[in-house]
Amino acid sequence: MIQLFGDFKEEPVNSEEYLELGFSPSSMPLKQQWRNNGRSADFLGDYLTNFLPIGETDESNNIDKQAEIKSAVSYIANELLENAMKFNDETSQYHITIKVLLHKEHIVLYLTNSVSPQNVSIFQVYLQELTHSDPHELYIKQLEHNAQDENGMTSRLGILTMINDYMVKLGWKFETIRLKQEVTVVTTMVQFSV
Amino acid sequence: MEIKTADYHISYDIGTTTINCKGKLRLTGMDEYAPIVQLFNQVVEQEPSLITFNLQQLQLLNSSGINILSKLIIKVRQKKNIKIVIQGSKKIPWQGKSLKNLQRLMPTLQLQFE
Repeated sequence: MIQLFGDFKEEPVNSEEYLELGFSPSSMPLKQQWRNNGRSADFLGDYLTNFLPIGETDESNNIDKQAEIKSAVSYIANELLENAMKFNDETSQYHITIKVLLHKEHIVLYLTNSVSPQNVSIFQVYLQELTHSDPHELYIKQLEHNAQDENGMTSRLGILTMINDYMVKLGWKFETIRLKQEVTVVTTMVQFSV
Repeated sequence: MEIKTADYHISYDIGTTTINCKGKLRLTGMDEYAPIVQLFNQVVEQEPSLITFNLQQLQLLNSSGINILSKLIIKVRQKKNIKIVIQGSKKIPWQGKSLKNLQRLMPTLQLQFE
């Protein structure tokens, strides 16, 4: 069974360039995996800039466009990987994969990870709220909530910062896959214009 | 007050009441950010009339880092007697996108980009 949330679109068939990385969640300690997130995200940003025009400037802030896009890919990829590492179903052995595609006037990232059955419904309730609310108000509301929550361990800001700060479109696809046992897999899609 | 690792350096200059943040901050969550939060809280407890955050060499910050910065801004806002100035860099793309949200939390906060 497949369930879609937000603006999920399957991969375009005629992407100009793409790069995909895969991670085995249990192959190293979490702290080392975490450091890897940043390195992988920066590598994806670096790689993609090879295919972007050189020397253009974003007139609104005078920043080199290549640097801006590299920074955006790096930030978004890092947040996606951090979420995957935090919420991946450790019992499934399913690889986490991240793919970044350059397609005409936009960049698309797909992050796929497994989700434990108990987390599926929690996540989907969150996505229902997210996709039916004003994300800019939700962002401030989450920040104010976090300020009051002394014991909160996660910020729940990754997706909201992507929407607020990088004007992305987001979508999610949940599907059940049969390996040695049934595994629920979620693919998060992030798209932004270049 | 100072925290220094291979990836980042946080320090407080008591003379200028400036918290300097340099490097890359992509820590796992509230546990790992706890020492930095403790440093920030110690500065706020001293109740200087002005706290300056110099982020001009902070290359990277993840959403958990944005959260702790925002928490601190809200804490200072509640004190009512402390002003905040944030110094950012025009050359670091994430700062132009993300730091302006801090003004939504505290409208009197000043943002300076160089």
